[in-house]
Amino acid sequence: MIIPCPWCGDRDHSEFRYGGDATKDRPKHGTGDLKEWHDYYFLFDNPKGPHTEYWQHVLGCRRWFRLSRNIATNEIGGLA
Amino acid sequence: MSRQYSAFALARHALQPDLAWERAWASPDPKPSYDVVIIGGGGHGLATAYYLAKNHGVRNVAVIERNYIGSGNVGRNTTLIRSNYMIGGNTAFFEHSMKLWEGLSHDLNFNCMVSQRGQIVLAVNPVQLDTFARRGNVMRLNGIDAELLDRGEVMKLLPYLDYSKEARWPVYGAIMQPRAGTVRHDAVAWGYARAASNLGVDIIENCEVTGFVMDGTKVTGVETSRGRINCGKAGIAVAGHTSHVAKMAGLRLPVESHILQAFVTEPIKPIVHHVVSWGAELFYLSQSDKGGLVFGGHIDGFNTYTQRGQFPRIQTVAECAVSLMPFVSRLRLLRHWGGIQDMTPDGSPFISRTPLKNLYLNGGWCYQGFKATPASGWTYAHTIANDDEHELNRCFSLDRFEKGRELDEFGIGNWTYKQ
Ligand SMILES: Cc1cc2nc3c(=O)[nH]c(=O)nc-3n(C[C@H](O)[C@H](O)[C@H](O)COP(=O)(O)OP(=O)(O)OC[C@H]3O[C@@H](n4cnc5c(N)ncnc54)[C@H](O)[C@@H]3O)c2cc1C
Ligand SMILES: [Zn+2]
Repeated sequence: MIIPCPWCGDRDHSEFRYGGDATKDRPKHGTGDLKEWHDYYFLFDNPKGPHTEYWQHVLGCRRWFRLSRNIATNEIGGLA
Repeated sequence: MSRQYSAFALARHALQPDLAWERAWASPDPKPSYDVVIIGGGGHGLATAYYLAKNHGVRNVAVIERNYIGSGNVGRNTTLIRSNYMIGGNTAFFEHSMKLWEGLSHDLNFNCMVSQRGQIVLAVNPVQLDTFARRGNVMRLNGIDAELLDRGEVMKLLPYLDYSKEARWPVYGAIMQPRAGTVRHDAVAWGYARAASNLGVDIIENCEVTGFVMDGTKVTGVETSRGRINCGKAGIAVAGHTSHVAKMAGLRLPVESHILQAFVTEPIKPIVHHVVSWGAELFYLSQSDKGGLVFGGHIDGFNTYTQRGQFPRIQTVAECAVSLMPFVSRLRLLRHWGGIQDMTPDGSPFISRTPLKNLYLNGGWCYQGFKATPASGWTYAHTIANDDEHELNRCFSLDRFEKGRELDEFGIGNWTYKQ
């Protein structure tokens, strides 16, 4: 799989670290009950389709970015 | 009804080559309604249906499989079984599974080729050997077989490892479970399917569940590619597709779907007589009856539902193989494939009731669902029949993260596989 780094361009996915679902909103510090934090931390949509996710070019420029990828096909939709 | 398999049946068919073997399980059209519908005809779904019929007398059951029996992870795994778990809950559950494996071929009247060749986990430093000693003690206190081997004993059993001074990961010793081993995985699917079918369970292949029919928080049926099927209770057992199917019932789960690959080399003469696992990396290897070395490693590392593995993982796993067993470098890789696993935060599964009254969940098996198949079916059937968990699977409840009862076998906290 080839991942498009916004800085370095197309690179093999083995240069990157996967950061997971990028659509979840972290509750603000000091707010929210345990249920809210539980849902934020533990639950995932894990959709069989388009997914917005974090990647870090850890063996390159080390930049974090958001990518859209279809989890059902691995088709890359571009930066998100 | 398929007839009893026996030496006499074999002889009869040998003497009468024209006599066709009967289908192993019936292929009925779905009935309008069942007491229990099991979604997913993998090892766990089929075992559940079998034990529902056998242990609980619930025979008006359908197993609904979107593909053919054996097409999922039950036919894709590396066939390893063991019960060397240390954390309360896991220890008893997986040992129960091991005991069921030991009698399974007779119970199902189907040769599952259970081979208790022993598993040897290699320690690559002294500290690791200490933790193995602790694990072995916990196992023995629970009546499970475990032996600690020193380097010399490992050299006798596994003479083909790299014991040179240059070995990147020197072998310090190992922990062995003699009763661990391998089982022919598709025989497990076929055996459970046939035995369940003989007890009256309908196995419906090529039928995809596309939705739930609900009455408030109660499930009254499932929508499928072959029409609506009503049910008194529904049980999910779809492995890598757990999030997808649960979502149809409005549930969001602590699960991500990831790909795990497996590999087979060209066949060679018998050399690896055990299951060998490595302490330096997640890597495990055994030799199949056909002679191929069968091995696997980590998941690829990002969510995916494609069963296509990525090349870098092939490279890492091959490097592990060669580092541990240098002779492997001379072999060619014959095949590799992938299966989609439902990964959970603590690496442990769910066999559980759900927030919906009569919907049950079996999933989140991560790397370890094959060895669990008999006990999983056994306890899931209990959970569905009694609307309550069995003592053996109470620890696998869906709400354990809310309650702070993670079952963290690796001892390094949540999201082990992301670290
Ligand atoms: C490469 C690999 C190696 C592994 N090695 C081992 C090992 O050595 N030891 C071990 O213990 N475990 C191992 N595992 C894990 C083990 O194989 C799985 O945890 C286990 O097989 C999962 O349960 P199952 O058999 O029921 O899954 P599956 O066989 O995948 O069954 C699930 C079924 O549900 C069906 N399904 C999905 N969606 C729907 C729908 N909407 N409607 C109807 N049906 C549906 C699928 O088609 C599938 O047949 C391995 C897994 C992989 C991928
Ligand atoms: Zn970059």
